[in-house]
Amino acid sequence: MLWYIGRRMLQVIPVFLGATLLLYAMVFLRPGDPVAALGGDRGLPPAAEAAIREAYHLNEPFIVQYLYYLKGIFTFDMGVTFTGRPVVDVITQALPVTFQLAMMAIIFETVFGIGFGLFAGLRKGKFFDSAVLVWSLLLIALPTFVIGFVLQIVVGVQLGWLPVTAGRDPDFVSLLMPAIVLATVSFAYILRLTRTSVVENVTADFVRTARAKGLPRDKVVSRHVLRNSLIPVVTFVGADLGNLMAGSIVTEGIFNINGVGGTLYNAIIRGENVTVVSLTTVLVVIYIVANLLVDLLYAVLDPRIRYA
Amino acid sequence: MTPRKRLVGFGAFALAASLVLTACGGGGGGEEPPAEGESTGIVTVGNGEPQNPLIPARTNEVFGGLVVTNIFAGLSYYDAEGAVHNDVAESIESDDNQTWNVTLQDGWEFSDGTPVTAKSFVDAWNWAAYGPNGANLASFFSSIEGFTEAQGEYEIDDEGNVKVITEPETETMSGLEVVSDTEFTIKLSQPESDFPIRLGYAAYYPLPEVFFDDPEAFGEAPIGNGPYVLDSWEHDSAITLLPNESYQGDRAAQNGGIELIAYTDEDAQYNDLLSGNLDIVQNVPASAFATFEEELGERAVNQPAATLGAMSVPEWVEEFSGEAGLMRRKALSMAINREEITETLYAGARTPARDFTSPVIDGWSDSIPGNEVLDYNPEEAKALWDEAEQMEPWGDKVLEIHTNTDSDHQEWVEAACNGYENDLGIQCEMVGYPTFDEFLNERDKGKGGKIDGLFRAGWAADYPSLQNYLGPIYTKAALAGSNDSKYVNEEFEAKLTEAAGAATTEEANALYNEAQEILFQDMPGIPLWYYNTTAGYSELVENAQFGWDDAPLLYQVTKTE
Repeated sequence: MLWYIGRRMLQVIPVFLGATLLLYAMVFLRPGDPVAALGGDRGLPPAAEAAIREAYHLNEPFIVQYLYYLKGIFTFDMGVTFTGRPVVDVITQALPVTFQLAMMAIIFETVFGIGFGLFAGLRKGKFFDSAVLVWSLLLIALPTFVIGFVLQIVVGVQLGWLPVTAGRDPDFVSLLMPAIVLATVSFAYILRLTRTSVVENVTADFVRTARAKGLPRDKVVSRHVLRNSLIPVVTFVGADLGNLMAGSIVTEGIFNINGVGGTLYNAIIRGENVTVVSLTTVLVVIYIVANLLVDLLYAVLDPRIRYA
Repeated sequence: MTPRKRLVGFGAFALAASLVLTACGGGGGGEEPPAEGESTGIVTVGNGEPQNPLIPARTNEVFGGLVVTNIFAGLSYYDAEGAVHNDVAESIESDDNQTWNVTLQDGWEFSDGTPVTAKSFVDAWNWAAYGPNGANLASFFSSIEGFTEAQGEYEIDDEGNVKVITEPETETMSGLEVVSDTEFTIKLSQPESDFPIRLGYAAYYPLPEVFFDDPEAFGEAPIGNGPYVLDSWEHDSAITLLPNESYQGDRAAQNGGIELIAYTDEDAQYNDLLSGNLDIVQNVPASAFATFEEELGERAVNQPAATLGAMSVPEWVEEFSGEAGLMRRKALSMAINREEITETLYAGARTPARDFTSPVIDGWSDSIPGNEVLDYNPEEAKALWDEAEQMEPWGDKVLEIHTNTDSDHQEWVEAACNGYENDLGIQCEMVGYPTFDEFLNERDKGKGGKIDGLFRAGWAADYPSLQNYLGPIYTKAALAGSNDSKYVNEEFEAKLTEAAGAATTEEANALYNEAQEILFQDMPGIPLWYYNTTAGYSELVENAQFGWDDAPLLYQVTKTE
């Protein structure tokens, strides 16, 4: 088991190198010249442009720029933004908020998604099941920004129940609405996934056996039906955690959360390569770890799966 | 989500207020019962993360500009109408418009207790002008004698790489001379009558000695002499300004402080304003243009500002050059229905242009001869176009309008295109670029112009002078800068030089408007509309006013707790 985890963690190294190189190349190949945009319609004086190009090694060929960047990483210096702020600061500021938001969203979507899905699956074809299916379709069809805007205006501005935006020190209450918005689509997916697997498993042989040997209904549902239905759900949630950590540009924008999404968006618009590449790389690592956790969870859910 | 690209013009950030001091100020409130409260509340303002260190000569965008104008005081400041008043200066005088004698008031201090002297100004200006310091606003010192020697000379090749042609020879400009602690002289390389008008702009602010020890650290925690001091800068989140007790100019803070909150989305700001979480919104989102005046009532602001939207018509496009080209340029201007576009697309948040400047600038006129080409006149436009067609065929070429689409430009370009197709009977299409720098790249690459069509242009004044709309855009000197249609006309240059040497501002303005007549004859650009300040404020604040430059006059806002 430990060996397995160790081997998986070692995979981070090539993935890290590959990801930074690819990302750097992509950002580099993007048309346009970020330095030119810094000057607005007036343009920068050539001396100022020269100073920036010098500081960010922008006159060097691509591979040299990339090596400078790598050198920075290994000396724990990811470089500075155009404002002169260390990129590490930017990342350590953006990640915790997004992490909190992502966790809240994950809890919402799994608790409610699995709950409703289980309920609907056990009552297949009944009114509740049909109603929930229609609702989940509706949620999937609605773009996030529509849900976000409507909730913000109705619940925030008109009713005044929850804060309109998250503000400078987001707490649980101010993140509630954005977390719900962020969770809606995945909630609908989890619900449908759970429902489908529950419907399948309810008629499976092992469930019939469990019933036949006289287990109470709630034990049958929790130990046999639910546990076996969760494998596809866990896969989905694992991938979703990665998505949520990458931040939602739309949701973070609507609720003015200074998280990963907004930071990334602004960095892309400004052409701040160091920020884009560093932040995305951190996300890649998080993605790898999240997937490792998912793989380990499989073994817990299904004892037949073992990692030696 | 489309955060408006706040780099569309350029910094234009002076702050000030008419000196009709507000009745609600803390000072006069002695007789009022305590329940009324003094104005000690912290005013919250929607803003964004500054994009440069907070060093005045490096601050060329509006988010940082709002901070800098409030924590620094220059020789002079602009009031809401753009009129110039002395701030630190006692007097700025010249006999020949070329050598300016500046006298400072006594007793000014930076917030670290060091005095504001003539040297504070001269050193700051020299730092900004010295090439290797890379100050974004260095060009504001270009009219001072010795600027080129301090800046050096550079060339930008087709790849965008900068090459040094001449290294800077000195670190100081020969035109600046400290006479005493409170006096210095500025010698310009040629007479410029409107030079003092510029001195209220952020580029000309003084710097304390501590700045020169470590400019980087200073940019993170600047020390100024303005109405406020910077209390904290939480990046991407909020900047807090507190009143500066030692400030002794006219812009003294009338509130308990300012909190500039960073937003990435204008809709979020606006919703915060509606729910009372934010006091001042500087830009109402486009989605609320049609409704904000109703929703906010008296608290809505919708007034022209110093920003002009335009299209450049490059003469390097063969069909736009020569006599036939001139007719086409005029036809293209006359075939745009400015009234309809500003009303239907922007719900009146833009004002149709009448000239090449802006109505908030002193000397503006809506009756410059030749400006009838700005009236919508489809018949005349079609007639001109057809006449040009006789001389030199356009054929079935598709007219391209190039623009960046990360801001709200797409709508009007499409509307203009539709107009051209209907009125002129030609094919027209928008060529969009997802980001501003991609657009710039296409526009400026090789400086010879790759764009084969019209392109978007915009200009926000840095200081309230007609010159600021003409000199930096249509002169030979600006060919390497913002003269992006590469327009050159000797007669026009002569007019500007004459205006620069004029004895009075009135005289100068008359000459600038004569220079505009030449522009209307040549049409190197097509003025479209003036951007309005579309803003709003909450019920919790009073005396919120927006200046000529689109920025709120924060120091005069009052808020009772």
